[in-house]
Amino acid sequence: MSEEKTEYKESAMVRFLRATEVDTRLLGMIGALVLIWLGFHFYGHFVNGYGAFLTPRNLWNLSVQTSSIAVMATGMVLVIVTRHIDLSVGSLLGFTAMIMGVTQVWVLPQFLGLGHPMIWVITVIVGVLFGTMIGAFQGFLIAYLSIPAFIVTLGGLLIWRGASYLVARGETIAPVDQTFSLIGGGPYGTIGATGSWILGGVVCAGILFMLYNGRKQRLRFGFPTRPMWAECLIGGVGMFVVLGAVMVMNAYPWPKGIVKRYAASNNIEIPEGGLFISHGFAIPILVAIAVGIAMTFLATRTRFGRYVFAIGGNPEAAELAGINTKKMTMLIFALMGGLTGIAAVIASARLKSATLALGQFDELYVIAAAVIGGTSFAGGIGTIYGAILGALVMQSLQSGMVLIGFDAAIQQMVVGGVLVLAVFLDNLYRRNSA
Amino acid sequence: MENTAANTSGNPNASATPLVQMKDISISFGGIHAVEKASCELYPGEVVGLLGHNGAGKSTLIKILSGAYTRDSGTIYVDGEEATITNPRHAKEYGIETIYQTLALADNVDAAANLYLGRELLTRWGTLDDAAMEAETRKVMNRLNPNFTRFKDPVKQLSGGQRQSVAIARAIHFNARILIMDEPTAALGPQETEQVGQLIHQLKDDGIGIFLISHDIHDVFDLADRVVVMKNGAVVGEASTKDVTKDEVLGMIILGKCPAGATRGPGALDD
Repeated sequence: MSEEKTEYKESAMVRFLRATEVDTRLLGMIGALVLIWLGFHFYGHFVNGYGAFLTPRNLWNLSVQTSSIAVMATGMVLVIVTRHIDLSVGSLLGFTAMIMGVTQVWVLPQFLGLGHPMIWVITVIVGVLFGTMIGAFQGFLIAYLSIPAFIVTLGGLLIWRGASYLVARGETIAPVDQTFSLIGGGPYGTIGATGSWILGGVVCAGILFMLYNGRKQRLRFGFPTRPMWAECLIGGVGMFVVLGAVMVMNAYPWPKGIVKRYAASNNIEIPEGGLFISHGFAIPILVAIAVGIAMTFLATRTRFGRYVFAIGGNPEAAELAGINTKKMTMLIFALMGGLTGIAAVIASARLKSATLALGQFDELYVIAAAVIGGTSFAGGIGTIYGAILGALVMQSLQSGMVLIGFDAAIQQMVVGGVLVLAVFLDNLYRRNSA
Repeated sequence: MENTAANTSGNPNASATPLVQMKDISISFGGIHAVEKASCELYPGEVVGLLGHNGAGKSTLIKILSGAYTRDSGTIYVDGEEATITNPRHAKEYGIETIYQTLALADNVDAAANLYLGRELLTRWGTLDDAAMEAETRKVMNRLNPNFTRFKDPVKQLSGGQRQSVAIARAIHFNARILIMDEPTAALGPQETEQVGQLIHQLKDDGIGIFLISHDIHDVFDLADRVVVMKNGAVVGEASTKDVTKDEVLGMIILGKCPAGATRGPGALDD
């Protein structure tokens, strides 16, 4: 009797998944993330007497801390999908940040004057271009001179770290341009409550439009479509998550000191009980989301993305189909370099300076994020959203352990163990689903 | 005299322009002459079996035609005009399509993505038009293999025959005039082999020229109008399948002995 019941339940689950066309791996990752969050929160709640994890403040910080790694992880997916690796991203991030630091602190003020509104724009362009060029150069060595990516980027790991020391003889370059530092977040580097609601609304409209458009496309050719209830459910869950994120981000107020300073400089009287000014979404997380959307578009909707996956699936077949695999390889590494440049903007803006240690070990976290997100070293398999979730998992583990007071040594060991475990579970999943 | 394009007599008239003429093709890899001064022709609507042992140079010769290798010397003519083929894209521009022995499909993407690989349909915004590609793929596959229904699955989950039909669909969908099939039935069961045979007749009637490469004479003898036999990188000889027996062709493959009904090539054994 009970056996029959479970069987029925399973088939209902399977039917549900087929109707919604939801990736079961995605559900697994979200489940793992929820477990980690709840685990840290209740561990803090019961052991330390205060659950600090599921608070607006921590979740806001988590979003900012994840941004830089998430941006790079989206590029690492494409690199690993094409059966390469990039070990140089951490060092390249440091080097690019140093170049941008010199540009905006030492060079540009001489020509434009300190605080000129164009300084941050030029700096960001310089950083992204610089990263792209170095990435393209490494890609050139890999594609056209047939040096393995592992070797080229291992060399890069050492070379760019050394080069960033040479740029400023190991000095820390600070303070960065005021506007530039907003890209790193902080109370001023946010879009506030109203902005967050508007953004949330726009994203919800986008979700509805995409569902509508997808359905229309399939109807145009008479393909089977999802049942209406499944479309509604997906739209509903999507909008719930977006609006929920807006509410959480808006629930985190500015610290009192900053409110006081802000009120004083804007001649606002602070009412009794204090003034509640919401952070809202931080700029770095917006950058990361924009990059995530752009990269998802690139990977799934364009020729470039199609070729990336075809090369990963069967490099010989791709070559024989007339795809210029060498050029593709170079472009993929150039893209990785460009994304590293964007990540360098976020990281150095958040720190408000360029230091020698910036980006150290980032390559490992970026690769780990991509791999936890389901990117396979065998090539051909990986998703952008998976890598972003992977980055969130990694960062959640780290900051969760900080919150409940684990040793730095233990933190490293846990992160390493989770990485290995995640790949093991992923292998199990693939073997059973194939 | 027969000199129509759809000449299937197996002895094409010399005055008809061959679709492809390969002349004195040579290539060597690190001192080994994989192909030496090999020549052969292919006429419209003709099936030419290219035979030889493993390592005889037949696959190498054909990879030169499909652009996977670049020849050291020799000339390729397409429609009587000299052709430059140094990569697979060039070959496709001349209407030369290849189905490889090792099923050159990207395993991790679906049938439509494979069919259109390198030639994707785009929407007016320059993005992939997956719906249109799937619709076209459904049409093509319906014609080739009506049992094919798994359009959403990565091709790695398909059977050998289904995969082969994807590979064939890819080759013929883009108005191929010259089709190269490298051991097209090696991975297939008897029924699927039969299907491929029918398909070859169908394509031949459309005026497409087909190179059929195999080390097994039984695979090709009944399908081919003409055979060209290679041994040790050189052409032993060529013959219309009407003028020679299977045993004689076997003698060409194994011993390099050119029978009376065949035209001698440079690789033939001296009597």
